[in-house]
Parts: sequence; structure tokens; C-alpha cells
Amino acid sequence: MSIFAVPAGWLKAPHGAERTWLAIALLWCLVLSVMMPYWHLKGKQTSSGEAYDVEPGEFNARVEKFVRDGKVDVRNGIPVVEAPPGGHAYLIGRSWTWYPILKLKKGVEYKLHVSSLDFQHGFSLQGKAGQGLNMNFSVLPGYDHVLTITPTSAGEFNIICNEFCGMGHEKMTGLIVVEE
Amino acid sequence: MGILTSDNSRVCDTTGLKVCLQSEMLIKLNAVVAVVCLLIGVLAAFGLALTRWETIGLLDPLMYYRFTTVHGLNMLIFWILFMEMAILYFAGTVLLNNRNASSLLSWGQFGLMLIGMGMVNYSVFTGRADVMMTSYVPLRAEHEFYLGTILFAVGALLGTTNFFANLYVAKRDKTYKGSIPLVVFGALAAAIIAVFTILHGAVALVPTWLWSIGMMEAPDAGWYRLLWWGLGHPSQQINVCAMVAVWYLLGTLTVGAKPLNQAVCRTAFLLYILFINRASEHHLLVDPGLSAEHKMWNTSYALYLAVLASMIHGFTVPASLEVAQRKKGHGGLFGWLAKAPWGDPGFAALFVSLVIFGFGGGITGVTLGTHQINIVAHNTLRIPGHFHMTVAGGTSLAFMGLAYYVVPLIFRKEYSFRGLARIQPYIFGLGISIMAIGMTLAGSLGVPRRHPDIDFTDAAIKADLSAASPFMALVGIGGFIAATGALIFILLTVHAVFLGASNKGRAMTSWQKPEQDKLTRDLMSTNWNPEGAGLKPSGTSVLTLLLLAAFAIYYFANWKALADVWHVS
Ligand code: HEM
Ligand SMILES: [Cu+2]
Ligand SMILES: [Cu+2]
Repeated sequence: MSIFAVPAGWLKAPHGAERTWLAIALLWCLVLSVMMPYWHLKGKQTSSGEAYDVEPGEFNARVEKFVRDGKVDVRNGIPVVEAPPGGHAYLIGRSWTWYPILKLKKGVEYKLHVSSLDFQHGFSLQGKAGQGLNMNFSVLPGYDHVLTITPTSAGEFNIICNEFCGMGHEKMTGLIVVEE
Repeated sequence: MGILTSDNSRVCDTTGLKVCLQSEMLIKLNAVVAVVCLLIGVLAAFGLALTRWETIGLLDPLMYYRFTTVHGLNMLIFWILFMEMAILYFAGTVLLNNRNASSLLSWGQFGLMLIGMGMVNYSVFTGRADVMMTSYVPLRAEHEFYLGTILFAVGALLGTTNFFANLYVAKRDKTYKGSIPLVVFGALAAAIIAVFTILHGAVALVPTWLWSIGMMEAPDAGWYRLLWWGLGHPSQQINVCAMVAVWYLLGTLTVGAKPLNQAVCRTAFLLYILFINRASEHHLLVDPGLSAEHKMWNTSYALYLAVLASMIHGFTVPASLEVAQRKKGHGGLFGWLAKAPWGDPGFAALFVSLVIFGFGGGITGVTLGTHQINIVAHNTLRIPGHFHMTVAGGTSLAFMGLAYYVVPLIFRKEYSFRGLARIQPYIFGLGISIMAIGMTLAGSLGVPRRHPDIDFTDAAIKADLSAASPFMALVGIGGFIAATGALIFILLTVHAVFLGASNKGRAMTSWQKPEQDKLTRDLMSTNWNPEGAGLKPSGTSVLTLLLLAAFAIYYFANWKALADVWHVS
């Protein structure tokens, strides 16, 4: 009975089905533990957490330079910036938009720097209906979060915000355009 | 009247246990406040469910955010913690044939938690703290929000200290023989984890409070997250411990269950204490500043031994029910289940909670907490999908089941409308399951949590998540059913406490058929061996293997989904 004190002698090894289940469960936990390092070595997706301290003003200056150097278009009043293939791309989360719109090439690796100028935001990359892309990273003020990223599909992808960042969070969106 | 003994206690007319009257009062007070907070949380839940169901879209964004803050705090923090305090008083005195150690600590616990809860709710309701329960800096609430949280936590610390004192007194005065009961052991595990948790919370919230009154710089966003989850995650482990302890308790009360091997059960509780409480980085798996190696280690260290602990309880709890039923002569692979007291809301809550927690919450939790898989899940609606199957369908439902026994045994009042009470656990469990499945599917399509509008009506750049609409309807419909189920529980319980028939001087009216009840009472009065001949838990073995199969399928399907997204490191 679980509600009464137990006399001495309860400390004994498990038997039968209970012992078998313990062994199976332990084995499964082993599988769970091994999968992460395995994917780390063989898989193509991981969150390395690479980041550098950065003052919001300083990050903003880098983004403005990136926009000046690579601006190819303007959409909805927001500059569209083509990142140098294999180079650095910059993205700001601020209340309540993702700035600027990025233009990338499929199959090319970029260093995507993401930071916030104010609150915490959630970088959530979403394909158009049916494309099935769904990738999420935290964006914090003071942290230059570097994602080494290779688009493997072409098209237009939305960035939405999935970290609550105050009144206006629900309309915080952005765009990444990937060309073949 | 129960027999009054000289040391301010009474003897329970149903179980024969000694009930310390001061403890009884504190159990009552904490439970009543818990139910009030549950009511606030449930009323907000209606609003949330009907907002996320896009067809209805009840609340505007501001109100939706405020309701989310109200709901998260009153449900996860206030309802659950006040209930846990009640459980600690019960476990530390009644189950140990003991009296309450310190009035000062006890009243301090209740008073501070009540004041803290009041301050936080005042702050949120008046729009001074639209920051969600996580209050991630540099979002800022007014100062009383943080101070209220701190006072609440100090109250909880006093409550756990009083519980440790109760254990000490019981041991010193030799009020029991042998080792403490399993349920008390589970409560002890919860209390130990609570101490670590509250200390983390203090380190996160005291500087934040000082910042809110202008005495300090804003805390660093990354450090705040790390410390906050040092509070936020282990407190879920407290809930798991408390829930499992309640499972064992209800198992005994409803079918006379007896664990096969208490050493196994106790070891599992020990594993929780040792191996979970620092594993809080599964909330930070896609954060900047923490290396991949560190995140992998933190989520899985020592071979996922905390997951192992839950898998152990997932076997030992149903096995203890099964062998008790077999002992009564209900054989067959699942005959023991067929003959179970399904009309007893205590048993129904226990079993439904066990299934939702195991098959739903457990499987999704481990998967979402896998370092790389988190990339396709973080802050999507999959997260609330997961935790409504742990803290709502699991812990809260188990606590509701407990109430169906606490009210008759401690308040000594009988429930009326018993037919409704018998089906209440099923209504709530069904609703939560539908809602959580809807959330999980919508989240897989990228729908964010804490977001009122997947049509992005006011956004400059249109986004399109409309493929998830049918799943959002499931969230709304399931949520409505669940909230109705919870409201039924509240109304029945409030009615019983204030207007129910008194059962003083006699045993509580059983929830079960007389023949079921008699078999259980007979079993409880005999000394039987749960590992005796002919009592093999084969039904449980089948169920747990089924669980493992479901687990493996879901887990590897998620790796597959991850393999399809862009390359990133
Ligand atoms: C009674 C039925 C319930 C319904 C219909 C319900 C519904 C919901 C909904 C729709 C959300 C919002 C999800 C989002 O938009 O991000 C939510 C959030 C949440 N719920 Fe519930 N819930 C219920 C019960 C519970 C219970 C019993 C608990 C805990 C004990 C709980 C804990 C939470 C928490 C912690 C959040 C997250 C709040 C946040 O993001 O800050 N819920 N719930
Ligand atoms: Cu946001
Ligand atoms: Cu956690």
C-alpha cells in the first residue's frame, strides 16, 4: 500500500516483467542519448549557438551598411537586399518587423547574423502553404546570433515572430526570397 | 463526529488515519484558494480557445495577450502550487500519523502565497503586466508583479520547510514504523526539487524587481532566460513528482493497489531529484550563446535517467493496479481493466491522466526536448500541445481525482450530482486530448504559440498559415470541451464544500458499486504479496510495449521532418 509506512526489507531487486521493462527502457534511453551526437556528426541541422556580444546601435550600423551595399529593390517600403553568395547576411528583429528583406541563392551557404534592437523576438521561418519549411531560432538583444545556413529550396519564405514581444507581436513578419 | 483525541486531531471515519486539525485547516484553505485560481484560469481558457479558433476569433490582440498571461499564471503557478501545498500538509502529517510542526511556518506559507498571488493578479488584471508568465526582459512589468512573485515563492519555501520539519518530528517521535510511505517519499522528492527551483527563481527575479524600481540595470536577456528556466523547468518536475505521488495514492484508495517493488518506485523518484533539476536548457535549445555540445549534454546527461524514471512509473503504476485487480480475481489479459471502477471519478481521473501523460505528454516532451528536433518545434503551438498533456491532462486531472476524495475525507462533505462527477474526468480528458492534438498538428505547420492571428491581418508583409485552419478548429472545439469539463469540476466541488451533505461520524459514501467497494476494502485489510503466484502484470507489459512503439514512431518521424529543412549550424 502506497499510503502506509513500509517495514524494513523493502529494498530488493526487481523481478520478472518489471525487470524486463527496466532493461528495455534503459536501452531506449540509450538510443535517445546517442541520436543527438550522431546527428551532430552526420546530420545537416543543428543549433550551434554561435553568438557574439553586440550593442544594439553597433548591430544596427552593420545592418545599414549591409543594406547600402546590397540593396536591389524595395517592397512594401522595405529594402530587398541581396547577400553576397557565401558571405554575411544581416537581419534585425525590432518591434514589429524583420528588416530588411533578404535575397539568397539556393544551395549557397551564408552566415546569417540575427539580433534584436529592443525586446526578445522569435525568428520563425515558414514556407508558403504546402512547402513544409518550419525553422525556429531565438533572437535576443545584445546577442549577434550567427546561423550558418544553406537554403535547400527556392521560393518566398515568410519570417514570423514567435516570441511574445509586446502589443504588435501579432503583425511582426518579414521575408526571405530564395532564387534557384 | 469522528473521535477527537487529546492532541488536537481526529480519527478519520473512513480510513482510520489520524488527522491533525491544524493541518486539516491548512489543507482546506490551500485547496479552496487553488480552486479559485483554477476558476480564473478556466474562464481565461474559454477566451483563449475561442480566439485561437479563427472562425470565432473572440478576443482582440491586447485582450488575448492579457488572457494568456492570466491563464498561464493562474493555472500553472497558482492552482498547481496551492494544491501541492495542500498535498504536503497531508503527506507530512496525516500519512505519518503526525501533527503539524509549526503554525508560524504554515500560516506564513499561506499568507505570503495568498498576498503574492493577489499582487500578481492585480498587476495583470489592471494591465500593468502584459508580459506573459515568463516575463522575458527587457519586456517590463510594474514592480508589484515581480514582488508578488517573490513573496509567493518565499511562501512556498516556508511551506516546504514546514514539510521537512514535519518529517523530522515524525521520525523523532517515532510516529511510524519502518520507512515513510511511498506517497510521502514522492512528496519529499517534490519538496527537495522545490528548494532548488525557488532559489533559481530568486536569482532571476530579485534583480529584475530591483530593475523595475530603478535600482539596477536591465538584466541580460540570455542570462535571464537561463535563470528563469532554472525556475520554470524544475517546477515541472515538482508537478510530475506530485502527480505520480497522487497516482499511487489514488491507486490505493480506489482499487487497493500495491506497488510490486517499492525499491523500484523509490529509485525512480530519486532519479528525478538527481537528474532532472538542472536539465532546463531544453527551453533554450535554439538560443544564442550556448554551444551545441553543452545543450546536448544538458538535455540528456547521465543517459536520460529522468526519462527513465518516468518510464519506470509508467510501468509500476498500472502494474500495481493490475495485480490488485488480479488478486480480486479479475483475470485475463485486460479483464482487470474491464472490471475496474470506471464510475469512480478518482479512478477515472487516475487512469485518464496516466494515459494522457504517458502517451501524449511524455512522448512529445522527449521529442521536443531533443536538441536538433527543437529547431522545427521551438515556440510553435506544439509546445502548448505538449504541456497541456502534462500539466493539464496529467497533473491537473490527477489533482481533480484527488479532490473527489479530499472533499469527503478532509472537508467531510459529500458530492451531489454524482452522475455528472463520474463523467467529469472523461469530459476534461477528451477535451484536452482533442485540443492538444490540434495544437500539435497546427504547430507542425509552423503556427506560433502566444499569437492571436494566423491570418496576419495587420502585417505589412502577408504570411500564410491558413493550411492549419482545421487544426485551429480542433484547438477551439477541444478547448471548449476541456474548459467546460474543468468548470463542471469547479462547480461540483464548490457545491460540495459549501452545500454538500456532511458525512461526519460515518465513512464517506463510496463512489463504487458495493461489491467493488467490498473487494477493495477486503484486499486492503489483508496482507498480500503483489509479486505472488498468478499475479503477473501481463496487461501492463502489453500496454508499455505499445507505448514504446508509439514513442519510437513519433520520435523518428520527427528526425525525418528535421532532415527535410534547410541546412543550418
Ligand atoms: C481548462 C482547459 C484549458 C484550455 C481550454 C486551455 C487552453 C489554452 C490555450 C488556448 C492556450 C494558449 C496557447 C497559445 O496561444 O499560445 C493556453 C496556454 C497555456 N495553458 Fe492552458 N488550457 C486549459 C487548461 C490548462 C491547465 C489546467 C494548465 C496548467 C495547469 C494550463 C497551462 C497553460 C499554460 C502554462 C499556457 C501558456 C501560457 C503562455 O504561453 O504564457 N492550461 N491554454
Ligand atoms: Cu514577437
Ligand atoms: Cu522543461
